[in-house]
Amino acid sequence: MTETVVIAELSKGKISSTTNELVTAASKLGSNCTIVVPCTESSVANEASNIAGASKVIAAKSDVFANYDASAWAEAIDAVAPSGIIITAASAQSKDLAARLAARRSISVIQDVIEIEGTTLSTPIYSGKAIQNVSVSGNTAISVRANVFAPADNTGNCEVQVIDTTGNVATALKEMVQRASQRLDVSEANIIISGGRGMGTPANFSHLEEIADKLGAAVGASRAAVDTWDEIPHSMQVGQTGKTVNPNLYIAVGISGAIQHLAGMRSSKYIVAINKDADAPIFQHADYGIVATWEDALPVLSSSLSGLLG
Amino acid sequence: MVNIAVLVKQVPDTNSKIQIAGDMVDLSTVKMDISPYDEFAVENALQHKESGGGTVTAITLGGAGADKVLKGVKALGVDNIVRLDADGYMDSNSLQSVLAEEISSGGYDVVYCGKSAADTGAGSTGPGIAERLGWSSVSNVTEISFDGGLTVTSPAEGGNAIIDVSLPAVVSCDKGSIKVRKSNVKGIMMAKRAQVDVKAVSPPASSVTIVSQVMPPAKPAGKKFEGGDAAQTVAQLLRDEANII
Repeated sequence: MTETVVIAELSKGKISSTTNELVTAASKLGSNCTIVVPCTESSVANEASNIAGASKVIAAKSDVFANYDASAWAEAIDAVAPSGIIITAASAQSKDLAARLAARRSISVIQDVIEIEGTTLSTPIYSGKAIQNVSVSGNTAISVRANVFAPADNTGNCEVQVIDTTGNVATALKEMVQRASQRLDVSEANIIISGGRGMGTPANFSHLEEIADKLGAAVGASRAAVDTWDEIPHSMQVGQTGKTVNPNLYIAVGISGAIQHLAGMRSSKYIVAINKDADAPIFQHADYGIVATWEDALPVLSSSLSGLLG
Repeated sequence: MVNIAVLVKQVPDTNSKIQIAGDMVDLSTVKMDISPYDEFAVENALQHKESGGGTVTAITLGGAGADKVLKGVKALGVDNIVRLDADGYMDSNSLQSVLAEEISSGGYDVVYCGKSAADTGAGSTGPGIAERLGWSSVSNVTEISFDGGLTVTSPAEGGNAIIDVSLPAVVSCDKGSIKVRKSNVKGIMMAKRAQVDVKAVSPPASSVTIVSQVMPPAKPAGKKFEGGDAAQTVAQLLRDEANII
């Protein structure tokens, strides 16, 4: 029986549903699943005890989990996590942690897993231009892409064990600078609407923002837009030299679909493309394509969404 | 005087098309280049040196073909270039073991690397090496200040964290706002004559084996509509067919 250890993913101080997806991934790799919840207050971990398929929840309680410090987190989690296959989310922070934990245990790490078939794991390489299938012997650490595995139900009920732990904090948080806008970052969002150079001017991104606010979406941009306009920061860039995203819905507006951009968003569950050029490569990847200028399409999209969302 | 290392990797140019021959990626006709984020790592390493003196050593792991990348960063002003001679696939455990050993024996104070390499996209090397060395690490760094110690900016939930880092440390670099320098003719000529310090390595066995590399599954053809009014149809499909909104 292979032991699996899921490191819970937290969002705004609560167990995120990504954790349920990690438990599903764990069930494909082994039969005994322990969820480790890094927390400053152990009550946070109670929610994880409902996840069906988990055999045990460890609330790893420590002050070090107040802010992310890679070495302290790895030390504190390693001290309480049983040995086995470690499974984390594939957020930037959790990938970093997975790498730390693997190195700490002298096992290998496989990032961004998108498929599990027996002991064969699949990961995108060259930003998704190809898929690599690897087989693993012994324990390993893996990070799992969001929106790939169906989330496990919340119909379980297992024991929560609180264990105090600690680690040596090596970096010092000087200041947290909150993002000026309340809007989500592309790396955190389940819906993304992105604009390319076809938007004409950076000011026209306000039309994307209007729709983003209706959908609770993040606003992204192509590399061409980021390189052309100083007003569009690199933090918005989706693509091979920007962020690789995997949302439920990706709406590409005025983006032709350069190989660089496709690499960063092609694995989105649903893709909508709005482009005036009927031959734009983005249409080959779109579930729903609209051949139109954004000036024609966005107002209609906006009012339709208002109608549907009430 | 800071002893600075920067890790660089040779990868296919990000604009290149990836093709499969048999059941593996065929890179024989693909143009190779330095991994994009490594360019920011090199720039940060050089700025760190310029802020208070020191030496910058660029280290890569690979076959002789990777010398081109080392010469490229030598032309930018890196002092020493080292290639750990290894070819073929290594899993993260064997790769990091070899790199950590080299960092340790080189007596470095700080290591810069890209936030991830453009081929694997994993981003494991920086934090993995730091763990093996018992060093601190900060990843996805977008801004660095060298005034009175090392202060970095890295994204955190809802914004950015500004973090003081004590050395020794590994800093893995994202794009941020810095402009990377270009090489000039003098630098390129000097780099041409520069010797690559080639070192033999003995990595531990990999526990990961590549089974195959394949193209991503083709997506079934989508629905395509003409004219902006179709946005209403698409919004309805997103609700009825995709169940997203």
